[in-house]
Amino acid sequence: MKSKIPQLLAFLSGLVILVAAFIPHTPFGMFEETLTNWFMIISSFAILLGQSSLIQSNVAKITQKAPNWKYHIATLVSFGVMLIFGLLWGMENTPGILGQGEKLAESLGSKPFDYLFEYAFMPLSSTMFSLLAFYIASAAYRAFIMRTFESNLLLITAVIVMLGRTSFATILTSWIPDSLHFLRLPELTDFIMQYPNTAAQRAILISAALGVVGASLRIILGIERSYLGGEK
Amino acid sequence: MKHLHLILLFLLISMVAFANPEEIDTYYAEDAPWDDGTAVLHKWNLSAKWDSLSLQKADSLGVYQEIFNEFSLSGQYKETGLTPDIKHQYRLVLYNKEQGDSLTLFAETTTQQQWFSMDKLPLLILLLIICSSVLYYILSARRGKELFIRRISGLDSIDEAIGRATEKGKPILYVPGISDLNDIQTIASLNILNHVAMKSAEYGTELLVPCRFSMVMSAAHETVKDAYLKAGRPDAYKEDNIFYVTDDQFGFVAGVDGIMLREMPAANFFLGAFWAESLILTETGFITGAIQTAGTGQPHQLPFFVVSCDYTLIGEELYAASAYLSRDPQQLGSLKGQDFGKLLTIILILAGIIAEIAGFGWFKNFFEGVF
Repeated sequence: MKSKIPQLLAFLSGLVILVAAFIPHTPFGMFEETLTNWFMIISSFAILLGQSSLIQSNVAKITQKAPNWKYHIATLVSFGVMLIFGLLWGMENTPGILGQGEKLAESLGSKPFDYLFEYAFMPLSSTMFSLLAFYIASAAYRAFIMRTFESNLLLITAVIVMLGRTSFATILTSWIPDSLHFLRLPELTDFIMQYPNTAAQRAILISAALGVVGASLRIILGIERSYLGGEK
Repeated sequence: MKHLHLILLFLLISMVAFANPEEIDTYYAEDAPWDDGTAVLHKWNLSAKWDSLSLQKADSLGVYQEIFNEFSLSGQYKETGLTPDIKHQYRLVLYNKEQGDSLTLFAETTTQQQWFSMDKLPLLILLLIICSSVLYYILSARRGKELFIRRISGLDSIDEAIGRATEKGKPILYVPGISDLNDIQTIASLNILNHVAMKSAEYGTELLVPCRFSMVMSAAHETVKDAYLKAGRPDAYKEDNIFYVTDDQFGFVAGVDGIMLREMPAANFFLGAFWAESLILTETGFITGAIQTAGTGQPHQLPFFVVSCDYTLIGEELYAASAYLSRDPQQLGSLKGQDFGKLLTIILILAGIIAEIAGFGWFKNFFEGVF
């Protein structure tokens, strides 16, 4: 029974959404939106589960004095500070328990929650994202090392595309006569991105879409059940 | 049924009688076809003497309010967000500012909900063919027919990666993507997690599952718990090892990177939906020396995974993984059905190329939903 009801719900939801995709008439047209709204409502309740998991796991690490347990204190303090500031003075135009906190907002330039969000959270988030530049360089270095025919091809293509995206490419190949203009680096780059690259990406997308059809059918028909924690 | 109401007003009938047919100003409004009755299509064809226009709609009090004013001699405008089954009245006011001349054309139409999106007919036909083939192969597999499925090295390596983690006495890290439970990639990932959890339970290796969303965490709890139960090791299941990190994309990345650097897992699995954080995660994993398996349906992230991981599941392989790992004939049958879908796609692409070269535009038009 524990797995039968979720299976039945999965079957009905899948079928309704599938049918609704082709019938715009009421009530079919609004099924997708309604189910999405239901999902959002359930998700908002599930946030409490996430928060309790966060507190539980961090408190457990601190009480057990697990390695690096001090980091877990930082997590809990950050969580608590943001939660308290949000509850007391709210965020943006939303008031908190103590109202809008005009005096604090005047001295800080914004509400305490927004201040921390903008000047602590955002820089940290951007720092993580900026790591991508260094990781791309290190990953590209490994990928472009000439070992096989394929890696040579990759290297040549990458050099053309990278150069072709800079103004240097125009200077470098502007001497090529108009009759052979397709050999100029910016045009070669456009060709590579527009044809071989797009073709390969579309091939992956088409096969992935077929994979989605297969996986969805397995779920709708109840053949695939492991995501429910039931038997396969 | 669609109702088309066309009203044309001519300023001076005598002028029309002597005018060139090409000089007649026409405007009509019609219910947008094959929709949910929330859109109206406005089309007009004007003579060259006009230099500006104002498309206006009558409100409930009958007062006309402007809804569009971009001038073109021959054009159309799609008005959306309307209430179905209501009559709408419009007027198109044309101006010639130099001569101080103007002309008003009226139209009205009733928006109606349709029972079938005819423009989706080709999609429905393709879907029916592919679904039928999947069902056919599932039934064939049920009847005991042997089906050949090609090897997927990324999936064959899962046991090897778990074995290596066991030998080294290090944990396994499994990231089910950064999307919520409403993404099919996350569902596919949870199906693979079931297999990985079963193996980790058999080998007695610790499994860490950081989650970005609470719903995914709850589903992962059930999946892993069930796997440990099936492996006969319910005592080894640790609920705390499947935990929520944060909803924030880069906050989650920082958390997972920290886990990789502190816990030094010997096997990392990144399976599901990933975006800009894919390379940050896998490069950190590469630095720690873990054996890494990744897979996603996002084509833009695949190059990053290919470069920094030992094995990569490309697109459909992620969705096929659970069926492949289970070796269940019914699930393998569905994979065979997908292969038929691929064959059909190749045939249609080739037929489309030939039809376009031969000048048969109807073939492309049909698949674009233009009849």
